[in-house]
Amino acid sequence: MAATHVNPTRMELTRLKKKLVTAMRGHRLLKDKRDELMRQYLDLVRLNRSLREKVEEGIRSANQNFVLARAGMPDEEVNVALMAPKQEVSLEVSQRNVMSVEVPVFQYQTRTSDPNDIYSYGFAFTSGDLDDAVKSLADLLPDMLKLAEVEKSCRLMAAEIEKTRRRVNALEHIMIPDLQENIKYITMKLDENERSTQIRLMKVKDMMLEEAHHYKEKAEEAFAG
Amino acid sequence: MYKIAVLGDRDSIYGFASLGLDVCPAEDLTEAAGKLKRLAEEDYAVIYVTEAVFEGLASEISRYESQQIPAVIPIPGVSGNTGIGMLNVKKTVEQAVGSDIIFNSENERSR
Repeated sequence: MAATHVNPTRMELTRLKKKLVTAMRGHRLLKDKRDELMRQYLDLVRLNRSLREKVEEGIRSANQNFVLARAGMPDEEVNVALMAPKQEVSLEVSQRNVMSVEVPVFQYQTRTSDPNDIYSYGFAFTSGDLDDAVKSLADLLPDMLKLAEVEKSCRLMAAEIEKTRRRVNALEHIMIPDLQENIKYITMKLDENERSTQIRLMKVKDMMLEEAHHYKEKAEEAFAG
Repeated sequence: MYKIAVLGDRDSIYGFASLGLDVCPAEDLTEAAGKLKRLAEEDYAVIYVTEAVFEGLASEISRYESQQIPAVIPIPGVSGNTGIGMLNVKKTVEQAVGSDIIFNSENERSR
C-alpha cells in the first residue's frame, strides 16, 4: 500500500503519528456530522415529499378551475382581469445553519394585508369560476413557498452529505490505513537498524576481546617459556 | 427584499399574476433560458418553473443548484403532472443516501 517512499527517521515517525491522531479525530467528527446531517435530512425529505404532493395536487385543481373560468368568459376578459395585479408578494430571506450547511429561510410579506386584494378585477364582468380559481391558488401560496424552502434545503443538504460521505470514506479507507502502514514500516525499519547496530557492537566487542586474549595467551606462553 | 417569479408557458402560469408573483411567459425553451438567466441575476429568491421548462433547461438550472438563491422549483403545468418534480426529490435522496430509501420502501409497502 505504501506507494510513496517514506524516510525511516524518528522525525518522520513523530510527524506521521501526529497526522494519524488528527486524521482519526477528523474521521470521528466527520462521521458524527454525516450521521446528524442524514438524520435531519431524512426528516426534511419526508416533509418535502408530502408538501410536493400537496402542492402538485393543489395546482392541478387550480388549473382545472382556471380552465373552467376561461370556458365561461372570453380570453380577452380573463387577460384584462388579471393584467394589473393589486397584490404583491415580497420575500425576506434569512439563513439557518444546519450542521454547517447554510439553508435559506423564506418569510413572505404581502404588500397589502387585505386577503381580498388577490382579486384584481371588478366582479361585474367576470365569472365566479375565476374567483374560485384565484382563491385556490392563493390558498396554495404558503405551501408553495414552504416547498421552495424545503426543497432547496434538501438539495443543499444532499450535496453536503455527499461531500461529507466522500471525506469520511477517504479518511477511513485510504488516509488512515496508509498512515498506519507507514508508521508500521518506519517502526520496523528503526527496530531493524537498532538490532543491526547492536549486533555490530557485539561483534566488535568479540573481536576486541579476541585480540586482547591473544595478547594474554602470548604473554602466558612467554612467561612459561 | 426579494421577489418571486413564475416561468413557463403562458397558459400554465397566468393565474399566479393575481397573487402578486411576477409571471414570465415564454413560448419556447430558448426564450425561457434567456429569461431564466435574467431572473437569476436579478433579486428573485424563488423561481417556479413549469415541468416542461425544468426538463428542457436541466443543465442551465443545475448551475443554480449549489447556490442558496435562487431556488428553482418545478411545478406542474396546465398539461398535467409529469412526475418530474417527485423524480427530482428522489434524485436528491439517491445523492445523499446512495440509494433511494424513502420512495422504495413506500413502493414495497404498497405492494
